[in-house]
Amino acid sequence: MSLTILNAVIAVVIAIAFAALNAAYLVWAERRGAGRIQRRPGPNVNGPLGLLQPPADGLKLMTKQLIIPGGADKALFMVAPVLAMAPAIMSFVTIPFSENIVARSMNIGVLMIFAFASLGAMSILLAGWGSRNKYGVMAAVRAVSQNISYEIPMLITVITIVMMTGTMDLKELVAGQSGGIWNWNLVPSLSSPLMPVAFLIFFICTLAETNRAPFDLGEAESELVAGFHTEYGSMGFGLFFMGEYANIVIGASLITILFLGGWGCPLGLFPGVWWFLLKIYLLIFSFIWIRWTFPRTTIYGLLNLSWKILIPISLFNLLFTAGLLKVF
Amino acid sequence: MSGPIHIQPGETFILNVGPQHPATHGVLRVKMEMDGEYIVKAETVLGYIHRMHELMGENRTYPQVLPNLSRLDYLGALGYTHGHVLAVERASGIEVPERAEYIRVITVELNRVASHLFWFGAFVMDLGGFTPLMYAIEDREYILDMLEAVTGSRLTYCYYRFGGLYNDIDDEFIDRARAFIPRMRKSLKKYDALVTGNIIFRKRLEGIGPISAEMCRKYGATGPVARGSGINFDVRKNEPYSVYPEFDFDVPVYDECDSLARYYVRMEEMEQSLRIIEQGLDKLPEGPIMPKKKPKLIKPPVGDYYQAVETARGSFGIRIVSDGTKNAYRFKLRSPTYSNMSLFDEACEGMMIMDALALMGSLDLVIPEIDR
Amino acid sequence: MGAYFSEIFRGLQSLAIGLGITFKEFFKPVVTVPYPYETIKMSERFRGHIELIENEDGTPKCVACGMCQRACPSGCISLASKSVKYEVEVKGEMKTKKKKVLTTYDLNFTTCSLCGQCVESCNFDAITFSKEYNLASDRKEDFHFDLLNRLEERNS
Ligand code: SF4
Ligand code: SF4
Repeated sequence: MSLTILNAVIAVVIAIAFAALNAAYLVWAERRGAGRIQRRPGPNVNGPLGLLQPPADGLKLMTKQLIIPGGADKALFMVAPVLAMAPAIMSFVTIPFSENIVARSMNIGVLMIFAFASLGAMSILLAGWGSRNKYGVMAAVRAVSQNISYEIPMLITVITIVMMTGTMDLKELVAGQSGGIWNWNLVPSLSSPLMPVAFLIFFICTLAETNRAPFDLGEAESELVAGFHTEYGSMGFGLFFMGEYANIVIGASLITILFLGGWGCPLGLFPGVWWFLLKIYLLIFSFIWIRWTFPRTTIYGLLNLSWKILIPISLFNLLFTAGLLKVF
Repeated sequence: MSGPIHIQPGETFILNVGPQHPATHGVLRVKMEMDGEYIVKAETVLGYIHRMHELMGENRTYPQVLPNLSRLDYLGALGYTHGHVLAVERASGIEVPERAEYIRVITVELNRVASHLFWFGAFVMDLGGFTPLMYAIEDREYILDMLEAVTGSRLTYCYYRFGGLYNDIDDEFIDRARAFIPRMRKSLKKYDALVTGNIIFRKRLEGIGPISAEMCRKYGATGPVARGSGINFDVRKNEPYSVYPEFDFDVPVYDECDSLARYYVRMEEMEQSLRIIEQGLDKLPEGPIMPKKKPKLIKPPVGDYYQAVETARGSFGIRIVSDGTKNAYRFKLRSPTYSNMSLFDEACEGMMIMDALALMGSLDLVIPEIDR
Repeated sequence: MGAYFSEIFRGLQSLAIGLGITFKEFFKPVVTVPYPYETIKMSERFRGHIELIENEDGTPKCVACGMCQRACPSGCISLASKSVKYEVEVKGEMKTKKKKVLTTYDLNFTTCSLCGQCVESCNFDAITFSKEYNLASDRKEDFHFDLLNRLEERNS
């Protein structure tokens, strides 16, 4: 019994370390990537290639005073950043990085990740509301309506996949796709010809769920100053920031597991954790790339996209696939 | 300041946008009465950067006012100084050599391109896309380097003198300007593909922020704002000044009245400016850049003088009332952005905040020019 | 229905074009200058703050006529002079003449608008623009330049 508790503690510690390290260096990668896209070097002063920038930023954030604005709801204000980070870390526990590297393998892994992901909207709502800032409240309301409307097509797509594979266990989902690129869920097969469309929908929804540009309405800096974290400084802001990047890693992992064959090699050779990491970092690069290319959507444009385009198409995909499954 | 905010359906709240807000590009303040995301009423509040340029124009001698004019609009400063020197030259009857006028037109048009480029970048940044700004700045830097080499400064130029120029352009400038034209045309194509065609961008602007021609007339809006509402008015064509009649260029006019129309007008104006620069470089006459005889002390005869020019933001007018002394009796500046901004209050009523800020971006506001 | 799908398709296409452009830019070299480590040489006509010009013997060319002071729109030049007697040979005779010698030439750079009126108004070519632009300080006094002092420092 005590051994399992110890195991769990170690797993959580590793998950936190992984999440924090990833978050810190993704910020670096984002800034370097944005720099390259915009023909400038990005952070390059601290350490070789600016690699010491994240620790420096972290130190700066930690040493700053946490200011709680007058009139803010103290409890909610303090809880919100923690709530942004904690579910992200918990989700890491269930993600299988390879056959053996998984903290806690569960047969309802997919469900658990989505359950934790919905908590993210909660933290934004609490942050906006608790900081007693008009911009914050407006951003919070936006973010919640955004998260709700994008969870639907996302889940419908997942249901399609679960229906096809008959499992909610992340490990089994990957195992079902092993053997090479032609087995991946992304590739259309006779029984699931619309899979690329499903992938696209899931990809867009991931962007929206993680509040990434072009769907970063919650922190639209040219309209709502900084949105829900307008009033946050020091590590409160730091936690939001880390939470955002941790969520991106989870989103990328989920796409990899659901569509891109997890730790499997495209040619079926040497499956292993490196393939998994390569895939998620490529996906994250595409997130960065998209962020620095497009302008932001409007709130109604965003909702239109979800309700008029993504949901009908994903529903159609669900029914179509169900029909095909019946036939074959 | 205690207790929670109550936002209830049907109840409005006041949102204070500015004076320090990322979308207002300076110290403009807009008091918005909001119903959720919708604006019920907006009120622009000015005066945060008022520097009394008009009064300074009355207290200083004519040449001493020269540097002031470039502090109005720091993005398209040459257009404003051009208006000033033309007004004083008209008042005191100074002849300007042709070469000087050509160089003025070339530099003004270069400055217009630089100003529009920066607007383009800032506008897309208002809409949430950061990268086009960097590309635009890269091209703008090229112009600024070029202008710096002849005028000595990058932003607040003081290049024109009554009667001519501070110093002549050299071959290097001409070569660089010639090289710039194809480069800029290529960049414009890139912007078209990256921004104009982008579906998100179009969805945000098409049909958003209508400003009717009537409203433009009511508030005296000029420049690209009026031309985006179907009013064909460009001082360069309607009241020709300087050597503009000798150039062949078009005035882009769009009837759509929306933010996208204003965007198109400016993007096409850049192309037209390039045409003017091209022709100017070809036709550039040889000769002096300062008149042979020029009064030592500028003392325009008693009278009331007005000169309008087309700057990057619209029609800029300058009125000088002279009482025959070395200081102007009245020095009045009519700045285009002031009128263009005035219509914001009325135009944004009932809009969502993000559309209203897109509309504000499409007006191309430069706050120091509004406040003067 | 057709319009619905064609709009989606065209939208996706436009997004792909945009991504293509930024992808190409990603591999182009950077265009910025890492400023404090590398600086740009200012162009010949760059107008920095003003600087006195010296004669061959190291004394300032300025004859303290005060034209620049009067021309300056911002009133940021203040100069003082004293008259000194000196002897010259005119047609074989020794004569004592008076001339003005500059004793202070202060520039209050905080209000200078870098317009160049002073340089233009000087009939003796006694002042010019410096190429200095790395000027930063948190004290106002650091921008009250004593130009005579600077000239001496340059010479020594
Ligand atoms: S540059 Fe202009 S403001 Fe500066 S000292 Fe000379 S005249 Fe005065
Ligand atoms: S710098 Fe020139 S204008 Fe000024 S006092 Fe000296 S000689 Fe006269």
